[in-house]
Amino acid sequence: MTVAANRANQVLLRRLLLVSVAMFGFGYAMVPLYNVLCDLTGLNRGEVQALAKNTQVDYSRVVNVQMLANVPASVPVRLIAPSKPMNVHPGELAQTEYEVENLSDHVLATQSIPSYSPQLAAKYFKKIECFCFREQVLQPHEKRKLPVLFVLDKDAPKDLTWLSLSYTLFESPKAAR
Amino acid sequence: MEAHAMEHGHGAPKGITRWLTTTNHKDIGTMYLWFAGAMFLFAGLMAMGIRAELFQPGMQIMSPEFFNQLTTLHGLIMVFGAIMPAMAGFANWQIPLMIGAPDMAFPRMNNWSFWILPAAAILLVLSMFVPGGAVATGWTLYPPLYIQGGISYDLTIFAVHILGASSIMASLNIITTILNMRAPGMTMMKMPLFVWTWLITAFLLIAVMPVLAGAVTMLLTDRNFGTHFFDAAGGGDPVLFQHVFWFFGHPEVYILILPAFGLVSTVIPTFARKPLFGYSSMVYATASIAILSFLVWAHHMFTVGMPTAGQLYFMYATMLIAVPTGVKVFNWVATMWKGSLTFETPMLFAIGFVSMFTIGGFTGLVLAMAPIDIQMQDTYYVVAHFHYVLVSGALFAIYAGVYYWLPKWTGHMYNETLGKWHFWLSMISFNVLFFPQHFLGMAGMPRRIPDYALQFTEFNQISSIGGFMFGASQILMLIVIVQAIRGGKKAEAKVWEGAQGLEWTVASPPPYHTFETAPEVK
Repeated sequence: MTVAANRANQVLLRRLLLVSVAMFGFGYAMVPLYNVLCDLTGLNRGEVQALAKNTQVDYSRVVNVQMLANVPASVPVRLIAPSKPMNVHPGELAQTEYEVENLSDHVLATQSIPSYSPQLAAKYFKKIECFCFREQVLQPHEKRKLPVLFVLDKDAPKDLTWLSLSYTLFESPKAAR
Repeated sequence: MEAHAMEHGHGAPKGITRWLTTTNHKDIGTMYLWFAGAMFLFAGLMAMGIRAELFQPGMQIMSPEFFNQLTTLHGLIMVFGAIMPAMAGFANWQIPLMIGAPDMAFPRMNNWSFWILPAAAILLVLSMFVPGGAVATGWTLYPPLYIQGGISYDLTIFAVHILGASSIMASLNIITTILNMRAPGMTMMKMPLFVWTWLITAFLLIAVMPVLAGAVTMLLTDRNFGTHFFDAAGGGDPVLFQHVFWFFGHPEVYILILPAFGLVSTVIPTFARKPLFGYSSMVYATASIAILSFLVWAHHMFTVGMPTAGQLYFMYATMLIAVPTGVKVFNWVATMWKGSLTFETPMLFAIGFVSMFTIGGFTGLVLAMAPIDIQMQDTYYVVAHFHYVLVSGALFAIYAGVYYWLPKWTGHMYNETLGKWHFWLSMISFNVLFFPQHFLGMAGMPRRIPDYALQFTEFNQISSIGGFMFGASQILMLIVIVQAIRGGKKAEAKVWEGAQGLEWTVASPPPYHTFETAPEVK
């Protein structure tokens, strides 16, 4: 081999070596690149994970849900409804909280009964967790939060733009006096 | 040529030091091929163990852990220890002869790139005998399992590093040889197609082997030095490994098959006695396959939870590869069309390659469809697919090449009858072995599991019988090679009537030094 040919080979070898070293670096560069790509596309990032998205929610409309609470004057209990109405999409899982307080010095067993306005809305208001499902026993002067978990059926009629949910709290009839 | 070799003053040195210190491309090519052959038989024995265990449902002859170690080592050794070194052996032997160069560009580096291979092989074999046994993750080395393994997992990482370094050095050598050392008049578009396919393969190798080295280095530091590239508990992501691995892994499958395309494109025109149909389209098809191979990696991981847009992109991009591959298949068929065909063993293997590889290509297209792949992921359908492209693809092409050049290398004609027996036994037993696995996969039998449900028994037994036949048939190859080395009918310089190219202008066997003065190519 001539000296010139040898030199040309050496130069090419150095360039090609550079390529393979750069590709080794690229292997590592894929780590931050991967994270950047995930951030940009929202892939693999907690609640916005594309595949876990609930396709049953109708994002095109909103229903205003107002919450009310009634307690007959004879029952020494305070029931407080959430002060602000909620805006929920049909099909969306929504959560809210009532607050209850026993004002008396003795144990009270209470039962809450829901009602809806308009009445038709009852058919589409699906409660998943509610304090009205069971009797609530309150210790003297006990104060407690009562969660309500619900989904408004996405088949609800389009003209249902608001509804009110009202609980009336009674003293449980079967409770021992 | 003889005269030139005499003028140069020496032939081959004698004894073991000849092989340890050789810088001669022919010697190194021979060593690569023997190494590949030994590794092929070793990993083939592991496959026999796998098929023996799968002959019946239930656990018979080995523990599930050992079964997984066998599937892993079989894959790793066949890919990195058998097919790739065999292709490198062909490159070393043939590229200087085909382009009229006296030797490879960097003969000392060439010696080194071969001699580190046995070290890697020893590490892999050694890893079977350390506490906990060899790696049992499958050849894809996926974390988190990989991070939890014993000491053999570190040994395997080092073996992969060494194998990668060897391939990179061989590729640097091959590219420089091809680009800088062609004989006068040998323009790029006059190069034999085998040289072209190896040039493109070598570029693929220097681009992706370092990425694999990076990936396994990350595994190594995750295992031993407290990094968290792939450990979710430390903020890493195991899916990231799959992306990095398959960014290497998909070009890797073309690294295995492109030189095979080159071998077949050399053999078919010889025995069809026609020039290769569509030479330039073959070159462009090879280049486009290589470029596309960088853009389709995630079709190996359709089930990791990609968005639909990503799945669609990888699906269509993968299907696009069928176009240049189809160009190649049609060109081979068109080369044979109206040729004066004869069916010597190399031609039989080449035709076997074209027909069987095409079946593997079609099952590849089936798997490219994301909705079907999600169903077929990790079943025997995938196993059948990649054995059709790697055994009846890459391996059959290697056989075609070995039979084709064996008279040139040894100076003796091989035993044609035994060669034909080898082909027909391999061809039939290969199909008995792998065709039923399509059905097993479609019926839902998962891969890499040593036990299976009763309804899979018949097809597994057929497959195992085919496997034992295929394994036994390969011994014929060894016999043919040893016979040809020991003696037989003297081969002429131009062994095959229809052969074209510079390697047929030198004697059989070629003198130790060839083309000291560059030949003139018209």
